[in-house]
Amino acid sequence: MADSMFSSSASAKDSASSEIGSERTLYPYVTGTSVLGMKYKDGVIMAADMGGSYGSTLRYKSVERIKPIGKHSLLGASGEISDFQEILRYLDELILYDNMWDDGNSLGPKEVHNYLTRVMYNRRNKFNPLWNSLVLGGIKNGQKYLGTVNMIGTHYEDSHVATGFGNHLARPILRAEWREDLTFEEAVKLLEKCLLVLLYRDRSAINKFQIAKITEEGATIFPPYALKTFWGFAAFQNPTKGAEGSW
Amino acid sequence: MALRRDWVYENNGGTCVAIAGADYCVVAADMRLSVGYSILTRDHSKICELADKCVLASSGFQGDIKALHKNLAARHLIYQHQHNKQMSCPAMAQLLSNTLYYKRFFPYYAFNVLGGLDNEGKGCVFTYDAVGSYERVGYSAQGTGATLIMPVLDNQLKSPSPLLLPARDAVTPLSESEAVDLVKDVFASATERDIYTGDKLEIVVINAAATRREYIELRKD
Repeated sequence: MADSMFSSSASAKDSASSEIGSERTLYPYVTGTSVLGMKYKDGVIMAADMGGSYGSTLRYKSVERIKPIGKHSLLGASGEISDFQEILRYLDELILYDNMWDDGNSLGPKEVHNYLTRVMYNRRNKFNPLWNSLVLGGIKNGQKYLGTVNMIGTHYEDSHVATGFGNHLARPILRAEWREDLTFEEAVKLLEKCLLVLLYRDRSAINKFQIAKITEEGATIFPPYALKTFWGFAAFQNPTKGAEGSW
Repeated sequence: MALRRDWVYENNGGTCVAIAGADYCVVAADMRLSVGYSILTRDHSKICELADKCVLASSGFQGDIKALHKNLAARHLIYQHQHNKQMSCPAMAQLLSNTLYYKRFFPYYAFNVLGGLDNEGKGCVFTYDAVGSYERVGYSAQGTGATLIMPVLDNQLKSPSPLLLPARDAVTPLSESEAVDLVKDVFASATERDIYTGDKLEIVVINAAATRREYIELRKD
C-alpha cells in the first residue's frame, strides 16, 4: 500500500518535471508594441510601428505587423512576432481550405475574429499560449467589424481598439475625438496623433509606421513612413524642473 | 520553482443581479469590460438568453464566460433536438452546476446568476460559486459589485428565512416595475463606489408574455 502511494506520487512528480522541460512559450522573445485600429466612413483603418524588440534591444526595424486576411479582413498583432507568423500560417490554411469549396462564399472579419478567439483560448487552456494581442478589422456586405483578442482569449468588439500601451495612451484620445463618419484623411490624422503620443511615451515604439485600410474594395497597406517629431517641449528639455532635488 | 499559472486568468469585472417575483424575473448586468485600471470597452453584454424563460448573467474572466455560455447554448440546442422543447430554468440550473463542477480543478473563473420562470411560471433565481455549488433564492447579486448590492437587496426584499417550515416561496413581494426600478437604483449606487461597474446597464425582464430587454446609462468614470 505504501509502495503504491509512493509510486503514484513519484509519477506525479515526473509529469510536473516533464512539464517544465517541455517546449512552450514561457515568455516572449521578439515582440512588437501597440497596434491601433478604428472604424471610419468607408471601412476600418489600422496602424502600427515596424519595430521588433528583443527585450529592450531594438532587434528588427522592418517588421510588418499588419497583414491582410482573405478578401475582407486586416489583422494587426502586438506581442511575440514568431507566434504572429504562426497565426498567419493557420489563417492561410483556413482561407485556402475555405476557397477550395469554390462555392462563392468567403470568410468575413466576424468569422476570422471568432476563429482567432477560439485558437487563442484553446492554446491558453493547454497552458501553451500564443503570446499576442491581436486586432482584427474588416468590412463585408457593408458591415464594418473591429475586434480584438489577447493571449488568454479575452475578446471584444468596439468602434476603436488598441493593444498594450495604446489602451492607456491612444484610446482616451480616440474616445474624445472618434466619429463614425470620419473620412480617410481625418482618420489618418487622428491615428497619427495617437502614434505620436505613443512614440514619445512608449520606449519600444519607433518612428517607422505602417497604416493600412480595408474597404469594400479591398485591403491597402501603405508603405512605411516616419512622423515629424518635436523634442523641444519644456518637460522634455528639463524633466526635473517641477521636482528639484528629487533626483 | 513552483509553476506559476496565474496568467491563465484575468478579472474583467462586472456585476450581475437577478430578482424573482411571483410571475416575473429581472436579470441585469452592467456592460463595462475592464482589466486592472483600464477599461477595455463600455459596451459588452454579460447576459445570455439560454432558453425562452431562462437567462444567465456572468461576471469574472471574459474568455471563460464566453466559453461557458457557448457550451450551455450548444447543450441546450442538443436538448431541443432530443426533447422538442425548451429546457426549464431549474433544469438549466442543474446543468450549469454540473458544467462548472466538471472543471473543478481548472475552473471557469465565472460568477453566475441564472434567472427565469420555473415550471409553474413563478420567478426563480439561482446563484452560484465558480465551481458549481448553487442554491435557489429569491434574489441575488454576483461579481465585483455584489458586496455593495447584496446588503441593500437583503434590506429591501427581506426574504423569508430558508429555515422556516413549511418552506415558503423565496419570491419577492415587489411588482415587476418596482423590481426594475430597484435594480436601476442598486446599480447606480454600486457604480459610485466600484470601479469595475459602470458605463451601461442591461436589464432583461422575463414574464409569461415575453422577454424584454432594456438599457440605461451608468456613470462612465
